[in-house]
Amino acid sequence: MFQRTEPADCSIEWDGAVLPARTGEPLAAALLAAGVVRLRGTVLSGAPRGAFCMMGACFDCVVQVEGAVVQACMVAVTPGMKAAP
Amino acid sequence: MRVDVLVLGAGPAGMSAALEARAQGLSVLLLDENAAPGGQVYRGARADARGPGADQARAGAKLAAALAGSGAERRFGATLWAIEPGPVAFFSEEGGARRVAAGQIILAPGTTERALPLPGWTLPGVMGVGAAQILMKSAGLLPSGAVWLAGQGPLLWLYAAQALAKGGRIAGIVDMSGPRTAALWHLPAALAAPGYLARGMAWMGAVRRQVPVHRSRDLRAEGDGQLERVVIDGTPHPADTLLLHDGVVPNTQVTRAIQGCAHRFRAGAWEPVVDEWGHTSTAGILVAGDGGGVFGAAAAALSGRIAALAVAHALGCFGVEQRDALAGPLLLRRGRQRAPRRFLDALFPPLPPPADPVMLCRCEEVSAGRVREAVALGCLGTNQLKAFTRAGMGACQGRVCGPLLHSAVAAARGVDGAMVEPLRTRFPTKPLTLGELAALA
Repeated sequence: MFQRTEPADCSIEWDGAVLPARTGEPLAAALLAAGVVRLRGTVLSGAPRGAFCMMGACFDCVVQVEGAVVQACMVAVTPGMKAAP
Repeated sequence: MRVDVLVLGAGPAGMSAALEARAQGLSVLLLDENAAPGGQVYRGARADARGPGADQARAGAKLAAALAGSGAERRFGATLWAIEPGPVAFFSEEGGARRVAAGQIILAPGTTERALPLPGWTLPGVMGVGAAQILMKSAGLLPSGAVWLAGQGPLLWLYAAQALAKGGRIAGIVDMSGPRTAALWHLPAALAAPGYLARGMAWMGAVRRQVPVHRSRDLRAEGDGQLERVVIDGTPHPADTLLLHDGVVPNTQVTRAIQGCAHRFRAGAWEPVVDEWGHTSTAGILVAGDGGGVFGAAAAALSGRIAALAVAHALGCFGVEQRDALAGPLLLRRGRQRAPRRFLDALFPPLPPPADPVMLCRCEEVSAGRVREAVALGCLGTNQLKAFTRAGMGACQGRVCGPLLHSAVAAARGVDGAMVEPLRTRFPTKPLTLGELAALA
């Protein structure tokens, strides 16, 4: 697990649940800090996946933000951001 | 849009190249996919940094501040996806694609972590050590609970030292490195960079006093839906996070897609062939920093300045004599900074490919066993392997699996890595929407 050293200053929605977050941090970091480890299932076998590389290389953290398919590690949190698997 | 110099990547090499090019009076456009300058090593760098790695952070903060006042045009959140002869580059920002013609292009794409495939490494909760360092630098997240580190290489020990110094907790480290003897030949040369090895030894010492270190290569990750335990030499330990590391490799995703850009296999990885200035075999395209061969941040910053001087000369700012006079001291300093690399390469050669059931290609879910089957059927290389297995054809475009497939094919064939071609990449090197493309019209 990971713990925050700086306090959350806003909230985001993940799959309908409201989670604390910090403006400007990577979305994947906000999810990990809130204990959300599993982000999606693979297209082929449905195997569970979560953030892996945190630098835009692996595409394992692909999620939907406001309808667009994005890498959660490359998207900066904005207050009220709505994301889903 | 037209500029004298296009620089890709705002890490130590890219920022230094942009600064030097501006100092020589050239117009500069600097692109980076991230939201802020720094690249990976200087990510979130602050001038008031303390503790392990603080010298790097201070150097990064200084560079970023100088860059902001340099007159170089900086675009963050800008993803380059193609380079064509000219040279002309294409990138996307804010949902639209852009085209820029440049006198010359300096690529500073840095490195990616070499993945360390072992049983269970695709489970959520298993990440890279570099990934965890990014979480620390970009969001202030520290490891807590049952966090394990495994693998080998300087970054593993640096991250552990940094995390502990800031109050993080690490349950244990699995040191997977091999015997040290082969590296000793290169130790005298490494001592030419004073302080470098001493810092590394200090990090390791500090970490070993606080965290139990197991020496083993028999490690697997287990859990139902996400990581729950690590099993070391058959003994299970509770774990919620496992951070893996097997060094870093040059990020050649863009250079491999450029027509005629030659690459070579060195220190267990592919890198573009560059001369001392950073010229690739494609006219007008230079590579600076670790993307052209891994030597660390200090050497990368010097490479950026050296490449910018070569570009300034090529664009008519000054003659050969002045270029050489300006670059001479930088080349000498870079030579000293590069000195420890052979020792480190010999100390941490890439770990051998894993057992048959272990996944190599995470996207297309292709195991090491299926790669070996393909080789047994006559598959000679990684590009042919795509047709046999679809390995390397998923969303990551071979970024993670490329080096793993390459070493697995070479090992299965029993040949040196230089004999097996790397995965070919193609533009667009990052996914692009039709909406973005339409902005070019």
